[in-house]
Formats: sequence, structure tokens, C-alpha cells
Amino acid sequence: MSLPDPAILIPAIAHELQAHLKAKNIDNPRFVGIHTGGVWVANALLKELKNEEPLGILNVSFYRDDFSRTGLHPQVRPSQLPFEIADQHLVLIDDVQMSGRTIRAALNELFDYGRPASVTLVCLLDLNARELPIRPDIVGATLSLEQNQRVKLTGPEPLAIQLQTIDNL
Amino acid sequence: MIPPAPKCPLQLNDQGRLRHFLSLDGLPRSMLTEILDTADSFLEVGARAVKKVPLLRGMTVCNVFFENSTRTRTTFELAAKRLSADVITLNVSTSSTSKGETLTDTLRTLEAMAADMFVVRHAESGAAHFIAEHVTPNVAIINGGDGRHAHPTQGMLDMLTIRRHKGDFEKLKVAIVGDILHSRVARSNMIALKTLGCPDIRVIAPKTLLPVGLEQYGVNVYTDVNEGLKDVDVIIMLRLQRERMQGGLLPSEGEFYRLYGLSEQRLALAHPEAIVLHPGPINRGVEIDSLVADCPRSMILNQVTYGIAIRMAVLSLTMSGQNEQRQLDAEKQESL
Repeated sequence: MSLPDPAILIPAIAHELQAHLKAKNIDNPRFVGIHTGGVWVANALLKELKNEEPLGILNVSFYRDDFSRTGLHPQVRPSQLPFEIADQHLVLIDDVQMSGRTIRAALNELFDYGRPASVTLVCLLDLNARELPIRPDIVGATLSLEQNQRVKLTGPEPLAIQLQTIDNL
Repeated sequence: MIPPAPKCPLQLNDQGRLRHFLSLDGLPRSMLTEILDTADSFLEVGARAVKKVPLLRGMTVCNVFFENSTRTRTTFELAAKRLSADVITLNVSTSSTSKGETLTDTLRTLEAMAADMFVVRHAESGAAHFIAEHVTPNVAIINGGDGRHAHPTQGMLDMLTIRRHKGDFEKLKVAIVGDILHSRVARSNMIALKTLGCPDIRVIAPKTLLPVGLEQYGVNVYTDVNEGLKDVDVIIMLRLQRERMQGGLLPSEGEFYRLYGLSEQRLALAHPEAIVLHPGPINRGVEIDSLVADCPRSMILNQVTYGIAIRMAVLSLTMSGQNEQRQLDAEKQESL
């Protein structure tokens, strides 16, 4: 399977995002990346948009729904939102959307900071494996994987997508 | 009651992760660092408008205090509430035990309330360990201070205070001053500092307040406070525990203050940017001068804030270890 190149996806996403925001009359959105891959994609996107606004960083470990099964994810880092959330238009960015559970956790966390005016969801990849009714507004590429396949984003410079095959599944 | 054997793996699950939190003894440096890192993240939660995360939603934390406490009890309560757990606090010292109930019977009664975690404080060394040995599987026990043995969350909150204000442990000189003999805080601090790589740990006290066998902690012992405080980066003052003293260990509080109390003049012997810690409650004019306790270099109130974050970290990490163990047990059961 040929994997898409983030260097091509990012400019396309930037273009589509600008059109999306314009259609919604959103002038000055705040950008929030989900730790860690989403932060890399968000930084690349901000660079492409020549936007120098500070980036918010969200670590959703404390909001995940699998704590009772698998426990706390290792290497928790603090979330940093260097701006108000209440009444702001947000662009939430993640690297890979799979089940939608990370985004659910991220939305819950964001609402603990305040009530945003809107949230636009951007994902570099969508793996077509939704378990929740959460769909990105803007997607770089959509992939359908075999059951034993996973993708991983490596970065931050350069961003690259790797395919991994899991044995013994 | 026999104090627990050191380096006992009782508090770890099959993957070597925390499932109880009884003592810092035998815990690797990476685990202490993980607790400090997780606490840093929880400090950020404490600065938000909504100071709550849903991690322990639906779980019940039971604080069982067989001994008085204000700071530890309230910060554990707050920590559990900020993790969205339901919390009950029992001051057992004033209830059943005074009516003759044994520790095991009290525990069984509390277990019947289906609590997921117990935070235990007890006047006997080894009490938390004893309860962890006898509790139902998948219930986490956190030591909130047992006799003279250990106060591991206090030890970790002191480490968080030092790391946030002084940075790298490997470059620090740290003095622990006062009633070492009766202090579980001193023991937990010595172990934590050693594990985190602090090269110069000084223990300063009159001979009557020094326990035997201090060498095992790898510390330098001083009976002269003026010599011991020279150039230190951190001073941890301890409370004089009159309630635990039997017999004439000290002539008077006034004399203790003259010889060991932290005055401004003594503080001047330390590094100019040295910080002062105290686990509280402080005895002004006994182990610490008011001018020092209230000066900008005093971390006494920061310690309380950091204590909430440390306790959130310990509650969530031990519950995490319990969840992991439950999953492992289920997998084992399936493969049989």
C-alpha cells in the first residue's frame, strides 16, 4: 500500500481549512493540538498558514475512557492552553483518527476550560474505523487498513507516516 | 506489630507498577520520577476554572485516620474529589477502636462499603502494610503515615517542592533538621533523596533525637547545626513531636530552639537562595522562627498545594496499577 506524504497533505489541509473558516465567517480561530502527533501536525499547519499565534497543547490522558481497563497512559504531560477557551472558535488538530475516542476525551477536556463558540476538527489521516459518531471536518487522507495493520506518525521534522504490521493478532 | 521488611514487592503488581503506596523503600528512581511528572500535570489541573478530571469517576476512596491529621486528611480528600471519586473520611481514633474493635474487623467493615481505595493513617509502624496484606484483591492501600516508619506522600511532595524550585537533585545539598527519631517524614525524605541521586544529604539533630542505624540511609550526620547548614540548598525542618516523646529527651523547648531552631541568622549560613520546607504543623519559636516561616524562601504553603497534586498522582497511579493487575488476572484466568 502506498502511504501519503504529510508534506503534500499539509498544504492541502491548510487550503481547505482556510476555505472552511471563511465559509463559517471565522476570522481569528485558536489552534489546539493533541499531544504528541497532533501537536506536530498543528505546528506544520500553522507554519504553512504563516500564523504565529500560540498553539494550545492538549494531553487527554486524564480524560480517556480506557483508564478502568488499561490504567494511566505512561508519560503524562500537562496540557497548556495559553488563551481563553470560552466563546472562542477553536481548530482542534490530531494526527490519526481511528475510533474517535481521543477526540471525545479532548472535547470533554476543552469544555472544562470553558464553552467554546465552535470546534473545527482537523485530522491528517482518517482510518475509517469509527466507533463513535465523531467525524473530522477536514481530513488529509483516508486509509483503510487490514486488521493487523497500524499507522504511526513520526516527527516532528520531517513528518512521515509509517505502516506497522502486528504479529500474533 | 512488626515493621514491614524493606524492599517488599507487596506494593507492586506483576508488571512492577504501583498498586499500593506503602513506602518509598525499594521503589526505583524511574517510578519516583513518574510520580513527580504526573503530579506536575495535576498541578496544571489545579490552576483551571474547573479543577476536576474524570479519572476516578465512580470509584470510592475511603480515608481512614486512626490518628489526627488536618493537612494530610484534607489534601487527600481534595485530591480524590478532583479526580471525581466519591470520598468518605473516617476518624477512627474517635470511634470503633476506642470501643475495642480490632484493625482487621474495622477493615472488613469498611470493605463491605465497597471502597476501591483506602488511605490509612495509623500510630503504629507497619499498619498500612498489614492492611495491604489482608485486604481484598484490587483494593489499593495508600499509606498516609504509619508510626515512625513512613509518610511516603509527604516525602514525594517535598521532592516535588525541591524539584520545582531547585531543579536537578544531583547538584543539591539538603539538610533535614530536628526530631529525626520520631519522624516518618525524615525517613521517607532520606530514602527519596537518595533514590533521586542527591549527593549530600545531611541529618542534623541532638544525639537524643537521632535514631540508631542512620548509616544505612547514606546520610551525613551532624549534631552542630551551624556546621551542618553551611551552603545547603534546601533545609527541611521537622516538627518537634512532644506527643511521641517518653522520658527526658530534651531539657526544654526553649533550649531546643536556642541550639537547633531555624532563625534568620542560621538561615544566613545556608546558600543565599536556599529554600525552607516544613511538613507542618509548625511550632513557631520551637523549631522555626516566625520571620523564617513567613519569609519568601519559606515553601510551607507551596508544599500544601503540591501535596494535593502528589496525592492525585499517587491515587491515580495506584488505581492504574490495580486496573492493570485485574486485567492481567483476567487474561491468566482465560488462558487456563
